[in-house]
Parts: sequence; C-alpha cells; structure tokens
Amino acid sequence: MSDISTPQGGNRLARLLVQILLGLGTLAITILGLLLITFIIGRVVPIDPVLSIVGERATPAQMQAVRDELGLDLPMWEQFYIYVRDALQGDLGRSIRTGMPVAQDIARFFPATLELATLGTIFGTLIGIPAGVLAAARPGSIADQLVRLVGLMGYSMPVFWLGLVGLLIFYGKLDWVAGPGRLDPAYDMMLEFQLTQYTGMVLLDSLLNGAWDIFRNALSHIILPAGLLGYISMAYISRMTRSFMMNELGQEYITTARVKGMPEWRVIWVHAMRNVMVPLITVIALSYAYLLEGSVLTETIFAWPGLGSYITDALFAADMPAVLGGTVVVGVAFVTLNMASDILYRLVDPRARA
Amino acid sequence: MSGTQTWRQWLTDPSPSSRRQARLGQWWLAWLRIKRNNLAMAGLVIVGILLFAAAFAPWIAPHDPLVQDLSRRLLPPGTPGNWLGTDDFGRDILSRIIYGSRITLYIIGLVAVTAPVLGLLIGTVAGYFGGWVDAVLMRLTDIFLAFPRLILALALVAVLGPGIENAVLAIALTAWPPYARVARAETLTVRKSDYIAAIRLQGAGPVRIIAGHIVPMCLPSVIIRVTLDMAGVILIAAGLGFLGLGVQPPLPEWGLMISTGRKYLFEQWWVATMPGLAIFIVSLGFNLLGDGLRDVLDPRSAAR
Repeated sequence: MSDISTPQGGNRLARLLVQILLGLGTLAITILGLLLITFIIGRVVPIDPVLSIVGERATPAQMQAVRDELGLDLPMWEQFYIYVRDALQGDLGRSIRTGMPVAQDIARFFPATLELATLGTIFGTLIGIPAGVLAAARPGSIADQLVRLVGLMGYSMPVFWLGLVGLLIFYGKLDWVAGPGRLDPAYDMMLEFQLTQYTGMVLLDSLLNGAWDIFRNALSHIILPAGLLGYISMAYISRMTRSFMMNELGQEYITTARVKGMPEWRVIWVHAMRNVMVPLITVIALSYAYLLEGSVLTETIFAWPGLGSYITDALFAADMPAVLGGTVVVGVAFVTLNMASDILYRLVDPRARA
Repeated sequence: MSGTQTWRQWLTDPSPSSRRQARLGQWWLAWLRIKRNNLAMAGLVIVGILLFAAAFAPWIAPHDPLVQDLSRRLLPPGTPGNWLGTDDFGRDILSRIIYGSRITLYIIGLVAVTAPVLGLLIGTVAGYFGGWVDAVLMRLTDIFLAFPRLILALALVAVLGPGIENAVLAIALTAWPPYARVARAETLTVRKSDYIAAIRLQGAGPVRIIAGHIVPMCLPSVIIRVTLDMAGVILIAAGLGFLGLGVQPPLPEWGLMISTGRKYLFEQWWVATMPGLAIFIVSLGFNLLGDGLRDVLDPRSAAR
C-alpha cells in the first residue's frame, strides 16, 4: 500500500479515510453482533411475551392478535431482520412495565447517567493524571507506593459497598452532602414545571435557566456518587498514566532534554506529556465507557433515576424489552466510544497514521 | 541429586541434568523474586487466609451461619461471642463471612476453570488456522468484548433465572474474550516455529498440535490473567448477589449480606459494611498477587 505514487499529502489523507471507513465497517459489524446476541437472549427467555402483555385472562383471539403484532409466527431470520431494522430506526420495542416505547424511556433516563459518568470521569482525570505523573517521576518513592496502593484499592472495592459507606459517613454521620436522589423533592417539582429542559441533565439545565438554588441542590446530590465513580476511574487512569510516563521518561529525547539543563517540570509536563497524552486519550475514553456501566450499581444505591436504575427495575419486573433495549444502548455507547478514541488516536499520533 | 548438594544448590544449578530440575529451578527463582515483593506477598497471605477459612470453616466459625436467634439480633461489633456483631435475624456476622468464603471460592473456582478454557480454545484455534476462521472467531470475541460485562451478565441472569450456577455461567460467558485474545497472540508467535513444523511432518493433526504443543505455550500468560481477573470476578459476583440475582438467601454470600444490611445502614452500620470489607480485602489480595506475578513472570516488566 505504501508504494502507490500519489503525492504524499493526498496519499496520507486517503489512507486515513480508508482507515476510518474500515473502522466504521467494524463498528457496523460489531453493532450487528450486539443486536444478534440480545435477539437470541430475548428469544430463549422463558417468559412468554404474549402472556406478559395481554395477561392470563385473554381470549385466544386476543393472544393471536398480539402474536401477529409481535411477528412471533414469522421465521426466525425474518424476525431478526425486523428486529435489526426497527432497532436501526430507533425502535427498541415497547416496555411492558411502563407501556412506553423503550427508546423513549431510555431517552428520558439516559441524561442522568451521562451526567453522573461525565462528572465522574472529569474527577478521575483531574486527579488521576497528576497522581500518575507524580508516581512515575519518582518510582519507588513513598508517593509512588501510595499512588499504587490507592489505585489498587480502587480496583478492589465493590462500588455498591463504597457507595453505602460513603452515604453512611458523608450523609448519615457528617451530613456534608445530600442523600439519595437527584434533587430534593421540592426542587424536583420546580425542575419539572418551571424550567426549560434543554439537555435533561439537571446541572446544565439549572445553569442554563439561571436557577442557582436548584443548581446548588443538584450539586450537593451528585457530588458523592460522582466522587465515588471518580475514584474508581482515578484508580485506572493514574495507573495507566504512571506506566506510560515511565515508558516515556526512559526515552533518549528525555535524556537529551535533561542534559541540556531543562527544568524537570518542563521535561515532564511539556515534552513527555505530549507523547503520554496520545495513549491516555484511549484510556480516558475506556474509563468513561466503564463508568457508564459502573453506574448501574451506583445508581441503585443512590436512587439515581438513570439508565442503570431503569435496567435493574425492568429486570425485577421481568420486562425483557426494556432490559435488552438498555443493554443495546449501553453496548452501542461502549462500542462507539472505543471507536471514537481509536480514530482520535490516529488523528493525534503521527506514528499511528503510517 | 548427589549426597553433598543441598536443595538450594540443586535448584540453582546452572547446568541442570534433567528437564524437571531445570523447570523446578526456574520456579525456585521466580519464587525468590515474588518473596522480595512485599505487596505480592501480602496478596499471597490474603489468598492463603481465604483458602484456609474456606477449608476449615466449620472449625473456625464460632456459630452456625444459618441459625437464627431473634433475642440477639442487630448486636454491635465487639459483643462477646459475636465479635463482628449480628444481623437482623441474630445470625453471627463473622461466622457468615467465614462460611461465605466457601461460596466466593466456589464461584471463582468455577469461573477460573471454565472461562480460560473457552478462551484458550477459541484463541488457539483462531491463531492456528488463521484466514476466515480467525476473522470470524476474532469478530465474535470483539463483539463479546464490546458488551459491558456486568450488563451482559445481568441480561443473561435475567434469562437464565437467579441462582449460583447461573451466575457462574453468566460471568464465565462474559469473561472469556480477554483469554481468547491472549491465547491468539501467543499462538501467532509460535505457529510458524520449527518445532511445530517438525511435529506436523511427523503426521500430527491440528487437534494434537493445538492441545499438546500450542496450549502449553499459552498457559503462563493465561495464568497471570486468571489471577488478575479473579478480583473482577469477585466484584461482579458480589454485584449480582447484591442485586438479588446471584446466590439466594439464606446462604451467606457477601454481596447478598450487604443488600440485606442496607435497610439498617444508618442505625446498624456493621450489617452492611462488614461483608463489604471482606469482599474488598479478598479482591485486593488477588489484585496484589496478580500484580506481583506479572512483575515476576513477565520479562518485559522484570527488566525495570
């Protein structure tokens, strides 16, 4: 591929384009696979979908009508084709519990999860990167051991337990933060009826409306769960930062910079950091994706009205369309984030373009 | 081994006289390196305590984990006879944690023998045959890898129904892809080597080559991964238990114990926090051990 004799610039651009197209192809296949798996899970489920919609007293005619509507008499491959076609058009079926289209439900619940995971990732990045750099600058030092231990502890903690302990200490004993939920009930009403909901994220919406008291209340509710998720993500980011930075500091250009008499902070934060940032993008994207997942358990602890609560509530109501729809959405978000970080990586790092 | 030699000399002999001696010597050197690593040793001790507690639970535990005593319910830690307190049915929390180690060990044991085997099978077959087999199997691996683990496990348990075996199955089905990746990478490095060509010329078929000559080459890296993975498996199992989708009451599973203690969180904090501490310590133990093992057994990080 390298000896096509087009001008260098055009060639590189073309190659980048090919890579992006290949990436999108992979993305499409992966999403198709995702849908296939959820389709299979949905078909082997022992709950009869017809019965759970019409109830036990339905007449055979009513049951047949629902069967026809759901297309359950069609051949399997045709059912799968319809499932994929509908999913691509944003139709994930109808929730048995709420009676609403699953996609509509998820659109209502997803912003809360997004808000939580985003703030968590911001916390994790802001603390994780300096911690990792500090550890790498003095390997074997007390600071390094400490960062390593704190990181390993983050890897080892059940997030729901950490949430309970956090609630116990910071809400129950110290009363520094607000308890479970997104807002105090009074503010919840205000949000519902007095504010324009631009994004569905309370923090952003209250800011955009200039409603400071709601913003402050929302902040006191989100700070604990986001802080805990941030700790989990910090554990991962600091560890990866440390290993990338160690690797980079062993390079010859770093030795050259040091020999020239460049101050150490400049060597680390300007010269080495430029190269460390590239793989770190992937790490941060990955940890963001993990937080979307990790929020499932956190949300149940904090009664956070997000996608995680939606999925678990649906699970207990045996509401399979909602469970599978939620699974698909998280899966697609996961895959897309991965893909995006991969493309970003290629754009930022000239070596990856070759 | 000649009479004048000590064990240590025999193990560190630079010119071993048998394969067994060479292999044991390598293990001895690895053990020495692990022993120098304090954190890894701490992990080893924790895992040792877990194994000990699980093996001798009836002898160590002061009470029966299932016997209820409503006159002694919700006692705080430090009560004589119930050093970690009692739960809402008056059951001794320490005894339940000790017996719970059996369930934890059962789950991670089952996952540790199923997921890596499945991963090894898929990874080695993909790496050995290459071509479209490789493409199909690796795409499958990527798809499973693309699923968030906990959520896929949730969906699977929702279908299979709650229970310990189903939880194990769900975890194993979500845990195999990384092993397949590792096994494939190892297979690709040995696939073209001369010793494989020699066996093939002797008439060995693919099954024999993969099972007898490629899988053993993949084992070290897979074992490291298993150790590191165990912490994650413990956390997912506890999460399923916490949501009521794993082990069912009255069995003393740690995640389940946390979820029953949730009701009493602000008044009787120990009911929920003590089992969580157990989960945390054990999973930290596996992480420390896995980290240490990787430092010792992986030549790239050992060089530093």
